[in-house]
Amino acid sequence: MAERLPVKKTYKLFIGGAFPRSESGRTYEAEGQNVGRASRKDARDAVRVARAAWPKWAGMTAYNRGQVLYRLAEMIESRSAEFAELSTGRDEVERTVDRIVWYAGWADKLAQVLGSSNPVAGPYFNFTVPEPTGVVAILAPDEPPLLGLVSRVVPALTGGNAVVAVASETHPLAAIELAEALATSDVPGGVVNLLTGHRKELAPWLASHMDVNALDITGAEGASAELERAAADNVKRVVRGDPDSQSPWEIASFLELKTVWHPVGQ
Amino acid sequence: MTELERKQDRTPVPKEWAYAPAPESRDLVTLDDRYGHYVGGTWLEPSETYTTISPATEEPLAEVGQATPEEVEAAVAAARDAFENGWSGISTAERAKYLFRIARILQERAREFAVLESLNGGKPIKESRDVDLPLAAAHFFYYAGWADKLEYAFPNRRPRPVGVAGQIIPWNFPLLMLSWKIAPALAAGNTVVLKPAETTPLSALLFADVLRQAELPPGVVNIVTGDGRAGAALVKSEGVDKIAFTGSTEVGKAIQRELAGTGRKLTLELGGKAANIIFDDAALDQAVEGIVNGIYFNQGHVCCAGSRLLVQESIYEPVVEKLKRRLTTLRVGDPLDKNTDVGAINSEEQLERIRELVESGEQEGAEIYQPPCRLPEKGYWFAPTVFTNVAQSYRIAQEEIFGPVLSVLTFRTPEEAVEKANNTPYGLSAGVWTEKGSRILWMAERLRAGVVWANTFNRFDPSSPFGGYKESGFGREGGRHGLEPYLNFDGGESSGG
Repeated sequence: MAERLPVKKTYKLFIGGAFPRSESGRTYEAEGQNVGRASRKDARDAVRVARAAWPKWAGMTAYNRGQVLYRLAEMIESRSAEFAELSTGRDEVERTVDRIVWYAGWADKLAQVLGSSNPVAGPYFNFTVPEPTGVVAILAPDEPPLLGLVSRVVPALTGGNAVVAVASETHPLAAIELAEALATSDVPGGVVNLLTGHRKELAPWLASHMDVNALDITGAEGASAELERAAADNVKRVVRGDPDSQSPWEIASFLELKTVWHPVGQ
Repeated sequence: MTELERKQDRTPVPKEWAYAPAPESRDLVTLDDRYGHYVGGTWLEPSETYTTISPATEEPLAEVGQATPEEVEAAVAAARDAFENGWSGISTAERAKYLFRIARILQERAREFAVLESLNGGKPIKESRDVDLPLAAAHFFYYAGWADKLEYAFPNRRPRPVGVAGQIIPWNFPLLMLSWKIAPALAAGNTVVLKPAETTPLSALLFADVLRQAELPPGVVNIVTGDGRAGAALVKSEGVDKIAFTGSTEVGKAIQRELAGTGRKLTLELGGKAANIIFDDAALDQAVEGIVNGIYFNQGHVCCAGSRLLVQESIYEPVVEKLKRRLTTLRVGDPLDKNTDVGAINSEEQLERIRELVESGEQEGAEIYQPPCRLPEKGYWFAPTVFTNVAQSYRIAQEEIFGPVLSVLTFRTPEEAVEKANNTPYGLSAGVWTEKGSRILWMAERLRAGVVWANTFNRFDPSSPFGGYKESGFGREGGRHGLEPYLNFDGGESSGG
């Protein structure tokens, strides 16, 4: 008997908690599948949606944000088998889950580690607190496809930012699976937006977008100087991180510090 | 307001009433006719020079060097040599003591420096004496103490100096900005090439004499003078590991572009258009003093100046009335007079910019108020100015004027105040005036600015981190956080740049 012919879907983008086709209607082939090829307009839509979703995420209590991230780790673990197939294997999935758990625990500790109260001369209680920078655009590294994406996106999320990420171009399926997990998690729609497509095509638009506050060029290949130059148009924070690192300083690079002078008096 | 207060409020200020002049002695400063660049602990004869003047009188003060790229490179080489052959190897406790020495000498010579700062920059001696100098010395004291405690500031991160720091500072607080830059850089173990602003090089050049007195090893701090071309050469120099810039957003962006792809570290402290927000429950007289301090302090040449006044609608009239009345008592004139509140505009170029923006405000339909005051004939002067009837879209409500010009807008609810305050590409500072503590913190949470002052404005302290959100730049100066831009760590960076 002939082998059963599987149904073959075309994978979509993940914008605003939904799975739209690219407005351009284009796809490209990766890992033997048809995958959405996002356009400049999709990137623009994603930034707009991220900006709108950001205040709610940033305004959540740190404890809550930690819980939501922990829940995401649980959901990825429950889909371990699928993720293992779409990444380099079980080890990558386990490390991804552990990494999210690790970051989840940071959400309500950042202010204590990164902030300070400052002994100023004068009748003021002066303190410094970390705050999210806003909308972060991330160019995820090609490999590892799952852990690389998560290692860049989750620190930004932990700090309370909204994210527009361009997934691994060569191995986008893990990102799409992650989108499925995110869509059913408690991460509010629009807080994480995942674009698949050609990085070289999307990166310049995100780098020069005036409503993006920070740019992570970890996954940029070659032309990163050009992207950094474009990022200067609105003084973006430019971060080149590690595709596989786990550090509170990765969170801190997507944070601002606010100092408040509060009067003291009777 | 009681009937009596209302009456007092309307009492006109006597027209023929004035303070007797109380000039500070110009003789406290001895200037050379000509200065070179301070490189490797000695004076390098400059190949080109220009004349630096007093903006209050246009009197020439000295000839100073216009650094060529070669001269900048010589300074960078001296800094590199000092970094590799000595400074980074010196014990941190000794490093701390050099900084303590500098702080103490600055305190001892405060009066001399204050006079020079007012002479070359045009700022009132009252401010140089009471703000710039004490804060500059305090900054060196504060960071002196950090020099041998870095591993406590950054546990488990193995903090190490970056190397040679190129620092470019503005003309509004020349010596104070020098201290904000040099103190943390040296405390962290770096060496420095500093370029003061074109119009205000003299306090930095006199500071070289403080370094000599402190016996700081040669090459640890190098000072080159000149205009933007010298700054550009410093930014381009491949021998520089880190650039710290304070100045306009436009130049900051150009520097960020220039450094793109080089991997060199950068911190930017750029422009602002701060909202000073007055709620109807605020102590109005105190708030009016704060508004005045927020925008007329240092002729408004302050990146964090409260240049947009947001007044709650219900108190708009009394606030504007009190403000205009207070303006009539501001004394504009000789920076060296101890009674002067508002000094000279720093340069002809800046005066032109202020004039141009003020004209745009009138053309766009805002209502201008300037108190009657006689401005000196020589020098660069601009009367304290208030604009009412200002719409959010007017240039005077959007662009940084960097002069004594206030734009007044109104709001009804705290939400509207937040919305309006945040509606600019900048995010350096903001002010909130209210008697309600919970509202202060509610506002502070929502204002997208690096510094929020409540019931005060333009207050600084070496332990308090300062720096911007959005297009006001990145990185912090002051406090423990102010050390980070000058250090490399294990495990990555902790803030932008």
